[in-house]
Amino acid sequence: MSEVAATDESLHGSPVSYSRGQKVVHPSREQFVALLKKLIDEGFTMCADLTAADYLTHPGRDLPAGVDAERFEVVLNLLSITKRERLRVRVQVPESDPTIASCFDLWPGTEAMEREVFDMFGIRFDGHPDLTRILMPEDWEGHPLRKDYAIGRIPVQFKGAHS
Amino acid sequence: MTTVENVRQTSEGGQEMKPRSELGAKELMREVGAVLRMSEAEAAALGQLPADAEDQTMIINMGPQHPSTHGVLRLMLELQGETVLRCKPIIGYLHTGMEKTGEDLTFLQGGTNVTRMDYLSPLNNELVFSMATEKLLGIDGDIPERAVWMRMLLSEMNRMSSHLLFLATNGMDLGAVSMMLYGWREREEVLRFFQKVTGLRMNHNFIRPGGLAADLPPGWRDDVLSILEMLPPRLEEYDVLMTNQPIWRERLQGVGVITAEEALALGTSGPILRSTGVPFDLRRDMPYMHYDELDFDVIVGSYGDAFDRYAIRLNEVRESIKIVYQILDRMPSGDYRIQNKKVTPPPRGRIDESMEALIHHFKIFTEGFRVPEGEVYVGIESPRGEIGCYIVSDGGPKPYCIHMRAPSFVNIQALPHMMRGGLVADAVAVISSVDPVLGDVDR
Amino acid sequence: MSLIRNVLDDGLGGIQHNFLTGKIEDLVKWSRSRSSWGATFGLACCAIEMMGTGGAHYDIARFGMEVFRASPRQADILIVAGRVSQKMAPVLRQVYDQMMEPKWVISMGVCASSGGMFNNYAIVQGVDQVVPVDVYAPGCPPTPETLIHAIETLHQKIEDGEIMRRREVTGAGAEIHITEIAPEQVPVSLGSTLRGVSA
Repeated sequence: MSEVAATDESLHGSPVSYSRGQKVVHPSREQFVALLKKLIDEGFTMCADLTAADYLTHPGRDLPAGVDAERFEVVLNLLSITKRERLRVRVQVPESDPTIASCFDLWPGTEAMEREVFDMFGIRFDGHPDLTRILMPEDWEGHPLRKDYAIGRIPVQFKGAHS
Repeated sequence: MTTVENVRQTSEGGQEMKPRSELGAKELMREVGAVLRMSEAEAAALGQLPADAEDQTMIINMGPQHPSTHGVLRLMLELQGETVLRCKPIIGYLHTGMEKTGEDLTFLQGGTNVTRMDYLSPLNNELVFSMATEKLLGIDGDIPERAVWMRMLLSEMNRMSSHLLFLATNGMDLGAVSMMLYGWREREEVLRFFQKVTGLRMNHNFIRPGGLAADLPPGWRDDVLSILEMLPPRLEEYDVLMTNQPIWRERLQGVGVITAEEALALGTSGPILRSTGVPFDLRRDMPYMHYDELDFDVIVGSYGDAFDRYAIRLNEVRESIKIVYQILDRMPSGDYRIQNKKVTPPPRGRIDESMEALIHHFKIFTEGFRVPEGEVYVGIESPRGEIGCYIVSDGGPKPYCIHMRAPSFVNIQALPHMMRGGLVADAVAVISSVDPVLGDVDR
Repeated sequence: MSLIRNVLDDGLGGIQHNFLTGKIEDLVKWSRSRSSWGATFGLACCAIEMMGTGGAHYDIARFGMEVFRASPRQADILIVAGRVSQKMAPVLRQVYDQMMEPKWVISMGVCASSGGMFNNYAIVQGVDQVVPVDVYAPGCPPTPETLIHAIETLHQKIEDGEIMRRREVTGAGAEIHITEIAPEQVPVSLGSTLRGVSA
């Protein structure tokens, strides 16, 4: 099942796709903050989730026309309480320059979520008040959820079903 | 062997809280006013609690091992005497790498991993993971009716057991130690029912993609009815013991107040959001499964304080009882899981008869069923708020990327706003009213 | 032993002598095992089962353990209940160091005993890498019956001195492994019997 329904739809200038019936908008890093401000005005007052995905080992994913695939994607799930709708925002973030604007001024609730993304993926958020590690110890090296970071299992006598 | 070296190891480096006198106006504004989008001058005025210029503020550390925190939550508090000026929660003491482990387990095994995140309502974690997987598979419309109603039954029973535990720990944190024993007594009943149905008291791995692991055992109706008949008089006992008691009210009313704008801006959900007056419950407003066919009330508070949150959770147990009565009436017969050979394993008897069944069983349990490429986010109402599951699949048998939107992780951000201006003794009451589960927070 | 038989049969009338002799060491070990206080170190799901063991149904107060002291200086047994992450390991060691001798450690659950199902970067693969463990209780989470079995095993070993002997041999914890007890199949039906008993 193709993820991208062939739409020419766009939302405030960014292409829109549908994934299993859920609406997804793909702004670029430059359009990101402006789009979010407009979405807040349209009623998406709650940012339910801010996370990221590392597509190092799966580069050939479906994206709408005009969106170049990069290694990282920052994914926001927005919720409109008045309209009872969800909207997903996916922004491509390149590996060479893993920075993106912070949403803290729009939704202070993203403070902890952005710190987690920084801790786990190494993506820096410009304008975040306190970008430090939140889950791993302060002096940990490496970003665990990246695909080139091993899971760190120790060898055991009985193997699992795979590996 | 002295403790000095050990103390140094536990210090947080860059996460240490600096005293208020060392912070600039902009940083203070960020802490206080950003939520309400005030100007710098307004925020500076708000951030200035009446402080004696002579008195020095004190930064103390509460946790991570402390009897009154719900698990390993560490709080740095800046105090002026007894008043809490600022608070900074430091988490990560229970980080288990579940999202990384989830990439290593098949979709069928994923339930065992996900269920240990919010360990007080494990069936809800499994439910949201299964719903996301089914949406990716495209079978979310084909789940048999009995399976859907069974899932609702288990989800609501889990809500009851989670809120009973909240009542128990809330009571104990505030000093009503006998409440701990009463809450656990009730919870044991529900856990006994789960043990009969799923085989385990906790961390069941029962709700799986495609349906459930097994059918309800015979005699389940009587078990559920005995629980439903036992609970309402006990809940009235709690009303007598706590709700109407002057000491309880003094300790909870007006403590940990949060406004609706703050709650929405911080992304909180569940009882915290409903206590501020926003009547948003995913079961009512964005219904999943068959909640739109059921008749229940959404409890909403008006003051946004800890007492409202306590009362909301107490009454949500009553609403869950109402829901379970309706589910008992409407439970259809049928399959407990979808009969899709690629997704659900065949019945054990068939394995001896049919080669194909043997192969399917083998493939499902060793390699796992393949899920088409795509990404999806599903959110449901857990006892703590909105729990969501974001899965990216690359067409293989394991999730490419899995992320759980944990309600407690986001709700903890509300703690500094609730504690500001309150007393240290109320800090415990506030944490308890937010009801965080650290497995959810740290994953 | 005959003294105990007499007392069991006749009560105090069975004591034929006016005074009892024994070793102080035995008396001390007996009292240590019957009145040990636990240190709260509940981390994750196992902590919930530990609290359930302290509840009314399983009731470890009958073994003298209902008091869970928050301050490690006042505690004897450290029950490590739950998964220990990398950030938590120094804290665990610090709490263990603060406890006074004699002290014992029960590692509750598979995550504390060996890392459990989480064989990854974030979890210490067995709490015996941080503190010496005396009894390992398996289960995910161990049922309250298993925890009581672990506690009682520890008490028995304290009472007959086996723990100290093992410690001298291994130099570390006693490392006793127990078997898991499945939850009761035919549970005591608390609900139905209490239905007739209301507030």
